This record gives sequence, structure tokens and C-alpha cells, in this order.
Amino acid sequence: MRTFSSLAFIAVLIVAASTTACAQAAKTSIVVEDPYARATPAGALSGAAYMTLENKTNAADRLIGASSNVAAQVQIHEMSMVNGVMQMRQLANGLPVPAGESVALKPGGYHVMLIGLKKQLTAGETLPLTLTFEKAGNISVTVPIKAMGSMQDSHGGMGNMDGMQNTKPGGMGTMEMK
Amino acid sequence: MRARQWAVVALAGVAGFAAVFLCIALMTTGRPTGEAAGIPAIGGPFELVDDNGKPVSDKQLVGKPFAMYFGYTFCPEVCPTTLLDLSRWIKDLGSDADKLNYAFVSIDPERDTPKLLHMYLSSFDPHIRGFTGTSEQIAKIAREYRVYYKKVPTENGSYVMDHSSIMYLMGADGKMASAIVYQEDDASALKKLRSLITTSPSS
Repeated sequence: MRTFSSLAFIAVLIVAASTTACAQAAKTSIVVEDPYARATPAGALSGAAYMTLENKTNAADRLIGASSNVAAQVQIHEMSMVNGVMQMRQLANGLPVPAGESVALKPGGYHVMLIGLKKQLTAGETLPLTLTFEKAGNISVTVPIKAMGSMQDSHGGMGNMDGMQNTKPGGMGTMEMK
Repeated sequence: MRARQWAVVALAGVAGFAAVFLCIALMTTGRPTGEAAGIPAIGGPFELVDDNGKPVSDKQLVGKPFAMYFGYTFCPEVCPTTLLDLSRWIKDLGSDADKLNYAFVSIDPERDTPKLLHMYLSSFDPHIRGFTGTSEQIAKIAREYRVYYKKVPTENGSYVMDHSSIMYLMGADGKMASAIVYQEDDASALKKLRSLITTSPSS
């Protein structure tokens, strides 16, 4: 009898734990971490925004578009350096965000390209950005604008943020080199 | 076995360095006879418009060694980073900064008017001048400097440019002395700029 009640108790615990997990998984889908845009030179008609996308679900998703009221259009691009030639390509099929994984948009790689800027992006200000995912739908974020020099540190091992839930203020993302 | 593998790796590393060194040596010492040896000379005459809308030619640049970079204002990352780096190096050169000329040449003349270039460059060190021109003029200077550039369309009629990311360091005689690569560290870049000032003084 005793064994039965403890077994039942354990069963209840398991059920409770799994329902909590399910509820959490349903609530959190894609988490946008450390978004930032780079301040632009005067007159520049394009800008770039960076961030880390964390897919907390167990289904693959895809960043398929974006929009902002500071730019005529927003596209998802990939930059690469091939034999000293800088190449930029629009990701025609969007950017895959695999289940349970993080994808970093950072200098030298993927970025959200702001095209036809309506105003200069000034350090210290923010811009609104809506990201559209195939499954998660629209996610709106407020993107801080950082000084142009703040990109310098980005190749200093920000790396993949797998498993990192929140980033503390003053972390790599907010560092500025001056 | 382990040691042997390491030896192979080390040997490959040494060979790689030797190849790079040889390449640089050829690029620098081989220059005077470069064409005869099959290495095309880099640089040459050009006629463009500066960011004040005034005509500019190579004749106004030579006489002083100069740093030349090819890019475009629509570039979200590589060009502002390079111009920011260059601005910092110019500042670090102090009073020696005036011993060099600095030019940002647009490979996107369709969008980069002198006026836009002027506004854009106001965000960087004032030593840096902006050059643009007709498509033909840009094609000519790009050929002379062996600069690769290509228009790549994106959605909704917009486009971006693929382009070489190297910064050319040219002697006072208008011939290439060395180059700075994208995101080269400050110490190395400054050493090259200082060396350009001392080995190729203004004539």
C-alpha cells in the first residue's frame, strides 16, 4: 500500500512536471537576444541590425522578413568575404532557426539590412523592428543604436550563445570601443 | 605518431608562410620590373570628381604617398568600418597625417553623387576625400587598381555591390607600395602607413 502511494505520488509529479514544461514551451517560442543596430554615417541610406535568435521550441522555424518605420524596406542578408571581396546576398528563403538552437546575426555574417533609411541612425537612440517568422509570426523588438565603433569588438568571440538564457547588461553586446 | 603529425602541420605552416612571404616580396621588390615579369602594375591615371563636385585627377594625388579605398555609401558594414579604422589611424599619425593623401573612391557612381559622398564623409576624418565619376571613369580606375566590383540586385529594385575590400597604399610616384586588409589590427596598419611616409616621401 505504501509502495502504491509513493508510486502514485511520483506519477503525479511526473505529470505535473511535463505539463509545466509543455506550458512553457508553448509560451516561449523565439527569443530575440541582444538586438542592436549600428549608427550610420551622415547621408547613408542603409544600415544593419544584429541580434541572436533563440528557438526554444522543438520545431524548426525561419526568419522570413522584417519591417521598421525607419526604413523603406528591410531584408535579411548574409555577408561574406571571399578572397578579399566583400559579398552580400539577400537570403531568398529566409534564415532558418533550427529547433532548440540559436542563430547569431553578427558583423561579418547574417544581418538585418535596413534599406532606404528615412533618418540617420544615431547612437543612443532606438529603432522599432518587427521580425516575421514562418511559425512564430511577428515579434516586435526595440533595437538600441550603438556607436559605429562598437562593431569592433564583435569578432572578439561573442560566439554562439547556445544555452545562454539572458545576457546581462554590460555584456559583449553593449561594449563600445572608443 | 603524434609528434610526426605535428611536424607535418608545422612544415605546412612554414611552407604557407614562405608562400605568403614570397608573394609579398614579389609584389614589392618585383614592382619596377613587374610588367616584364608578368605582374601587372597597380595604379594609373584617372579623372574623377571629388566630393566638392570639382574635377580631380591622379596628378593631384601623386607627389604625396596616398591611401586609396574603393567602396560605396550604401555599404552597411565593411565600408564604414574601414573608414572608421582609417580615421583612427589618421588621428594616431598625428602631425604626420598630413604627409599622406587619403581617398575613398565610389564603385557605385549611380547612387554616390559628390553631394552624398561629402555628407557621408563628414562622419569620418576630414583628411579623407571622396571621389566619384561616370560609370566609365569608375570602370577605368577599377581596372587600373585591379578592383573587383559587381552590382547584385535584391528585392524591390534595390541592389548591393560586391567589392574588393583592400586598402591600397600607393607611393608618391603613384605605384603600389603595400596594402592593408579588412580589419587589419591597428599596430600593423600604422606601421605600414608610417613606413609609406618614410620610404616614399613627398616629392
